Amino acid sequence: MAKIIVVTSGKGGVGKTTTSAAISTGLAMRGHKTVVIDFDVGLRNLDLIMGCERRVVYDFVNVIKGESTLNQALIKDKRTEGLYILPASQTRDKDALVRDGVEKILNELAKDFEYIVCDSPAGIEQGALMALYFADIAIVVTNPEVSSVRDSDRILGILQSKSRRAEQSLEPIQEHLLLTRYNPIRVANGEMLSVSDVEDILAIPLLGVIPESEAVLKASNQGTPVILDAETQVGQAYNDAVDRLLGKDVAHRFLEEEKKSFFKRLLGGK
Amino acid sequence: MIDVSFQLKGSALTVVVLALIDYNPKTLSAELKEKIDQAPHFFDNSPVLISLEKLENPEKCTALIKNAAPLVQICRSLNLQPLGFTSVPEVLLASVQATGLAVLSKPSERALKIPIQESAKTLEAVIEERVVIEERLVQRVSKVITRPVRSGQQIYAEGADLIVLAQVSEGAEVLADGHIHIYGSLRGRALAGVKGDVGARIFCQQFEAELVAIAGNFVLQEALPKELFKKPTQISLSGEKVIIEALANS
Repeated sequence: MAKIIVVTSGKGGVGKTTTSAAISTGLAMRGHKTVVIDFDVGLRNLDLIMGCERRVVYDFVNVIKGESTLNQALIKDKRTEGLYILPASQTRDKDALVRDGVEKILNELAKDFEYIVCDSPAGIEQGALMALYFADIAIVVTNPEVSSVRDSDRILGILQSKSRRAEQSLEPIQEHLLLTRYNPIRVANGEMLSVSDVEDILAIPLLGVIPESEAVLKASNQGTPVILDAETQVGQAYNDAVDRLLGKDVAHRFLEEEKKSFFKRLLGGK
Repeated sequence: MIDVSFQLKGSALTVVVLALIDYNPKTLSAELKEKIDQAPHFFDNSPVLISLEKLENPEKCTALIKNAAPLVQICRSLNLQPLGFTSVPEVLLASVQATGLAVLSKPSERALKIPIQESAKTLEAVIEERVVIEERLVQRVSKVITRPVRSGQQIYAEGADLIVLAQVSEGAEVLADGHIHIYGSLRGRALAGVKGDVGARIFCQQFEAELVAIAGNFVLQEALPKELFKKPTQISLSGEKVIIEALANS
């Protein structure tokens, strides 16, 4: 049975698409056939971050409307075996995502794939509701600041009340907290909420902490999922998160200020 | 208030219906006994209504047309209490009436017939009827919430207490006509006694509320006592003043 994972947050710009690209790549790297779907119709980004924007011919909305087949719209990732991308449409709006159409496509994908990763748009409107409606697992991406945490709390409420699992009184969606853009130095200075502050407010299990890093911006601009950058802390943190998602017990890293790199920083390194 | 020694009321009861499909006095007794033996306590002295609706070819049931009393006898011998008959076919009406038991029309027929046919006849009696409205407190089952109440969610326990076994997030709202118990952090709003019960109280394990209110008297966060922050707290009303105090033995 395919697992449907929604990557969601409520707030925009917290790293949902970066996370969707990283998690789906990480799952495929570990041998699980995975498809990642961009639900951000009208503001598509996932194809850029995955570096396949020039190969988009048909999109999610075309498939929903029956204008193309699913196989025509699916883009095979060139770097990672077993990873496919279903891009969003840039020219339509989110109301094109109708529940029956989305369900049909997810059912069809479930026959071929082990994991279906849904990259949710920001907000709590149609696009976001459709992305989370069919989910089995939710990864709630949160930045360590109050407005992001508040929005994540709101999204958790919606997962509990407006998802298919909630409406049909099935076992609730598995919720995971992914804290991104975490900067231990700024936490120590009291400019950011700490991991335990956020865990205390949201009260869901912690999947991972992704440190704030220039590597993310660099990878996005190059169209490479940052998880492939195994040299960087961000790449390693995402790899840990994927392992935890698959049930491995991995200790959390990068929560403390790194003492060793002090000289490196002085010398202008990362 | 009541000047007669009785009350006449309509009432709907649930009874066991014995629906006869075929009538053979010799085998019926044994078959019925077998069924009753499966649940002797359930059927012991149980009232039954004998339905003849499903009886096949009633005009051929000569035994029953002649005399329905043995059927009633069979029931009584098995410790059942026949109340009467329902859905009686024309041919059996005479013998059934001879047993002295009630003959009831089908439930749906009754519902349709009464207002149309009998309203004229019972008009005089109706005038004598009095409506007695009794005010009674209805106890409702407390509402129990086991998962966190998240920002943007609102939970209302109407006519009852509310028990939350998790946190109430900032931006969430919990309301109850009765008391509110929160076994976790209260970071959102809690309003107890919203229909005006001044005796209602709020109890919480960790007090960090945005707003608390009892029977419409509210206190905002800035006016809450700082020393109780994150402490087990109870909130009650005295006159029009909201009392916020630490829970005893905490």
